[in-house]
Amino acid sequence: MALSPRQLSAPHLKEAATTLSLAGPATLAMLVLIFIPSLLVAVFSFTDYQFGARSFHWVGLDNYVTLFTDRTGRRAVTNTLLYVAVVMPLSMIFSLVVALGVQSVSTWSPRLATMLRTAYFMPVAATLVAMATVFQMLLHPSLGLINQLIGLVGIPGQSWLSDRGLVLYTLAAIGIWETIGYNMVLFLAGLTAIPSQLYDAAEIDGANNWWDRFWTVTWPMLGPTTLFVLVVTATRSFRVFETVATLTQGGPAYASDTLVYAMYREGFVYFKAGYSSAITVVFFVAVLILTLTQVRIVEKKVHYR
Amino acid sequence: MIAARYLSRAVSLGLLLLGAAIILLPFFWMISLSLKPADEIFQDSIQLLPSHFEWNNYVVAFTKMPLWRFLINGIIVCCGILILQILIAVPCAYALTQRDFRGKAIVMGMVLAGLLVPYHVTAIPLFLGLSQLRLLDSYAALILPFIASVFGIFLFRQFFATIPKDLIDAARVDGLSEMSIVWRIAFPLAWPAATAFAVFSVVAHWNDLFWPLIAVSSPELATPPRGILFFRDVEAGSSFGPLMAATAIVTAPLVLVFLMAQRAFIQGLTMTGLKG
Repeated sequence: MALSPRQLSAPHLKEAATTLSLAGPATLAMLVLIFIPSLLVAVFSFTDYQFGARSFHWVGLDNYVTLFTDRTGRRAVTNTLLYVAVVMPLSMIFSLVVALGVQSVSTWSPRLATMLRTAYFMPVAATLVAMATVFQMLLHPSLGLINQLIGLVGIPGQSWLSDRGLVLYTLAAIGIWETIGYNMVLFLAGLTAIPSQLYDAAEIDGANNWWDRFWTVTWPMLGPTTLFVLVVTATRSFRVFETVATLTQGGPAYASDTLVYAMYREGFVYFKAGYSSAITVVFFVAVLILTLTQVRIVEKKVHYR
Repeated sequence: MIAARYLSRAVSLGLLLLGAAIILLPFFWMISLSLKPADEIFQDSIQLLPSHFEWNNYVVAFTKMPLWRFLINGIIVCCGILILQILIAVPCAYALTQRDFRGKAIVMGMVLAGLLVPYHVTAIPLFLGLSQLRLLDSYAALILPFIASVFGIFLFRQFFATIPKDLIDAARVDGLSEMSIVWRIAFPLAWPAATAFAVFSVVAHWNDLFWPLIAVSSPELATPPRGILFFRDVEAGSSFGPLMAATAIVTAPLVLVFLMAQRAFIQGLTMTGLKG
């Protein structure tokens, strides 16, 4: 691009230098820390590069084939999907119920409603790794409080974190515990935005009980919020790492292995940078699809029916 | 009719309180265990409260492991990241809203595209780069990867867009340089954005385990979550009371800030729903 003499004149150069000093550092940092690394990950994923090795070979799609055919690789993919499939709907339902409850309490006791909101939001403010070590104590198979409590009602104690069939659901339960408060706040914001005239109108039209009003007004009006919550929860659950790293390290026998944990283990414990990059790319594509859906929702605000 | 209304209130309040009790149970148990003498921590029978408060657990937590060190590391890393993020993001956000320049659309496009990239994605190349620069296992390794906050640029840009052009022009006429307009006029006006962003950034990096696990190996550089794991693995099963005391101390700062400034805290985390 040729610059005209006018653009090369002193004031213009000064203007350009000012812009560069303002936007330059950020642009450079974005390139070096986000965009170039993202491209490199994609390139690495087609190699057998190992950290510390002097050379590497191009292996085409081998790493991806391994991820989707190898038993441990497939475990990480299916476990992550199962984890998301459990956490996403349950967290959404619980948080919607809590939000509706808190909102109805706020009509007769705002202070009580604030206290409830605080209680439910606490896990969001807490350090997850620290809370996970507490869960480890709570879930201890012989002497943990949870098994002692369910023993009171005659349910036999479970090995929550070492039973292959159970461990992923235990982690999912912690995931739900952790996300309810966040989603509740989003739902509360959605609920307050519903104009009260709509409820009056619904009542005139014959929706006289709570259940009718919920289905004719609340639920349709909450549509955009609900979709937003769904996608946010899915994106967050896809990233599950802290609880896995703290409580199970993917075990027993890869029963709780997830994508981000597998990425960490293969790359930074076994130093298989190429394979780990392929896991990263698959993870990235999944999150990308979810985030783009989310952006569409935010931009279009969906449609009120 | 009135009786029915009170009944339904009582039932829904009861259920909400039950749910809140379940949510708060780990917090209660953490505090209770952190104050229990060693022989009461694992027992056959349920004992909710300690027979007496064993404050010594907290003393042991600070003496057996460098817990102070972990906390100070957490503060250094969070402050380092936040300050650099703001220093880099704010002028860029200003340029994107109050100035015209070639490539503006490209920079804006980079910001939006950057919002789509979770930080896990860049871990492998950044690890390689830091090892080439011999920076692994240092504060720089913990801080540098996060200084380009696209979310920060995005958030500040939204606030700067609402500043009237006249105000900026008046400052220019008064002879202020663009840099001093950024820091003396625009930034103070975007205080709500700065608060929200600070909450978002500090919560994310105080609690992060993924990157500290990769970037540092010496316990002296451990951030609080990493330090908790060091403590747990070294003490393997012997001192649960001090471990719980350590978790309580690590969790306390953010929880206390949350309890004192709930509105700002919740806003900081939910405004940022786009990037989590």
